[in-house]
Amino acid sequence: MSLSADEVRKVADLARLDLTDAELALMAPQLSAIVDYINQLQQLNTDGVEPLAHALDLHDVFRDDEPGQSLPPDEALANAPARKGDFYRVPPVFGD
Amino acid sequence: MLDLTATELLQQQTAGALTAEAITRTFLERIAAVDQKVRAFLAVNDTSALDQARTIDAKRKAGHALGKLAGVPIAVKDILCTKGQRTTAGSKILGNFVPPYDAHVITKLREADAILIGKTNMDEFAMGSSTENSAYQITRNPWDLERIPGGSSGGSAAAVASNQAPLALGTDTGGSIRQPAAHCGIVGLKPSYGRVSRFGVIAYGSSLDQVGPITRSLGDAALLLEAIAGPDRRDSTCVHRPVPEYSATLDEPIKPLTIGIAREFWGEGLDAEVENAVRVAVKQYQRLGATIKEISLPHSPYAVAVYYLVATAEASSNLARYDGVHFGHRAEKFAGLIDMVKKSRGEGFGAEVKRRIMLGTYALSSGYIDAYYLKALKVRRLIRQDFDRAFAECDVIIGPTSPTAAFKIGEKTADPLAMYLSDIYTIGANLAGICGISIPCGFTSGGLPIGLQILAAPFAEEKLLRVARMFERETDWHRRRPVV
Repeated sequence: MSLSADEVRKVADLARLDLTDAELALMAPQLSAIVDYINQLQQLNTDGVEPLAHALDLHDVFRDDEPGQSLPPDEALANAPARKGDFYRVPPVFGD
Repeated sequence: MLDLTATELLQQQTAGALTAEAITRTFLERIAAVDQKVRAFLAVNDTSALDQARTIDAKRKAGHALGKLAGVPIAVKDILCTKGQRTTAGSKILGNFVPPYDAHVITKLREADAILIGKTNMDEFAMGSSTENSAYQITRNPWDLERIPGGSSGGSAAAVASNQAPLALGTDTGGSIRQPAAHCGIVGLKPSYGRVSRFGVIAYGSSLDQVGPITRSLGDAALLLEAIAGPDRRDSTCVHRPVPEYSATLDEPIKPLTIGIAREFWGEGLDAEVENAVRVAVKQYQRLGATIKEISLPHSPYAVAVYYLVATAEASSNLARYDGVHFGHRAEKFAGLIDMVKKSRGEGFGAEVKRRIMLGTYALSSGYIDAYYLKALKVRRLIRQDFDRAFAECDVIIGPTSPTAAFKIGEKTADPLAMYLSDIYTIGANLAGICGISIPCGFTSGGLPIGLQILAAPFAEEKLLRVARMFERETDWHRRRPVV
């Protein structure tokens, strides 16, 4: 099975990745080879097998709801690429 | 002094023969002398390490209680958040990221009075088996500078193997502690999933990631695991189980001992010299009284395929946070919000990270999620059941850590799938959540180290270490050091 350039472009769009044409050209055959390899799983019969999302038999872990110190705004925003006051600054979300 | 283990460095300080400052100075000098060749470190804490050492010496002089690792330098993989110190995960996208908090394991190290001597190089976001995927530098194998140290914790392993630090921490998502330890001729322990907190570990595959020790001796691995293991309220998958005093029982052999040899671990692709060294090690255990039992892990040939779906699916979700909004790189030129996100990610991530995000996104996308992601989770359960059945009839499973010794820099970069297949023996442990260790068991004719992998049931680290120690005390592979 091989992924076409269009399929690879669609996945890149879903992943919000800007890929150059050179990257796209390399990615299609590489992903196709990996997907081919992964397709061996289809040989296995897994009827009635429950998926295992992680190794621990843990569900709904609770801890006491104790008030604590929050990160002060200046520390929380220290790594922001752009800020305005106590907010992260981004381009307009709606419109344009 | 450089050859001393952490355990010996602790004893020498207690005896008054060494100070933390003298130890730290010696290792800093070693780093200054050899790391231009090895390139293990992304950052060296010259000033703060010496400050920390002097504080510890003063505490000792004043008769205050000291932590378990007092005055022992440790190198940590740059995936562990360090408060106020740049943490990159080997990625350009985090090139200017300074965490506002410490990872839980860093807090534990500070409490133990360990000296944080520097941060080590790694494959970007821990995605790789050679450390060649770092955005910053190529780390070299101290045994042969033309070869890779393994990965993704290659910087930590190379630092310990070249005596630049007696201890290091790595992380292991599919073999990233054990495989570089094998390639560098040292000890690497991946704890059971849930043994060590992942708080402050930059996430790759959250159901697989664990932090663990990289050391030159099993005594040191036991000591370091004791220092970092245990529950943490900030990681709900870190379980409430007492932490045994691993170092206290280490020298007690396991008797009777049944060792499982999985027939699937001896197949195609296994280098003859590696196979021979591991078979000799199995014979050594036989001489020590172990019963050898042939077992089968019938689904292990599917582990790599399952891993590259599960890990990449989790990665595509985890790495969605790098969007140029809250932290990390933001593109300078863009047209609108979505384009800002795409360009920031396109510029910030390296090729392998992009490849894995793409694969994970594909596996989770509409129309493919059942055939890929869910299918992989089902096979993951079958892999876990194989291990459960095996550990019902044997104490540990022994085999090679990696199918070959360290390969040449550049040898596998053009073929991602070939690189993935070098993790074939280590990946199962992460999928199943069991613990595993790599210890040195010989050398190739070309002088490259060979690793022996021992696997044990979930939370059987005590047994794992004791079984490994039975071999270590009979051999001297772990005492050999490369000339750098």
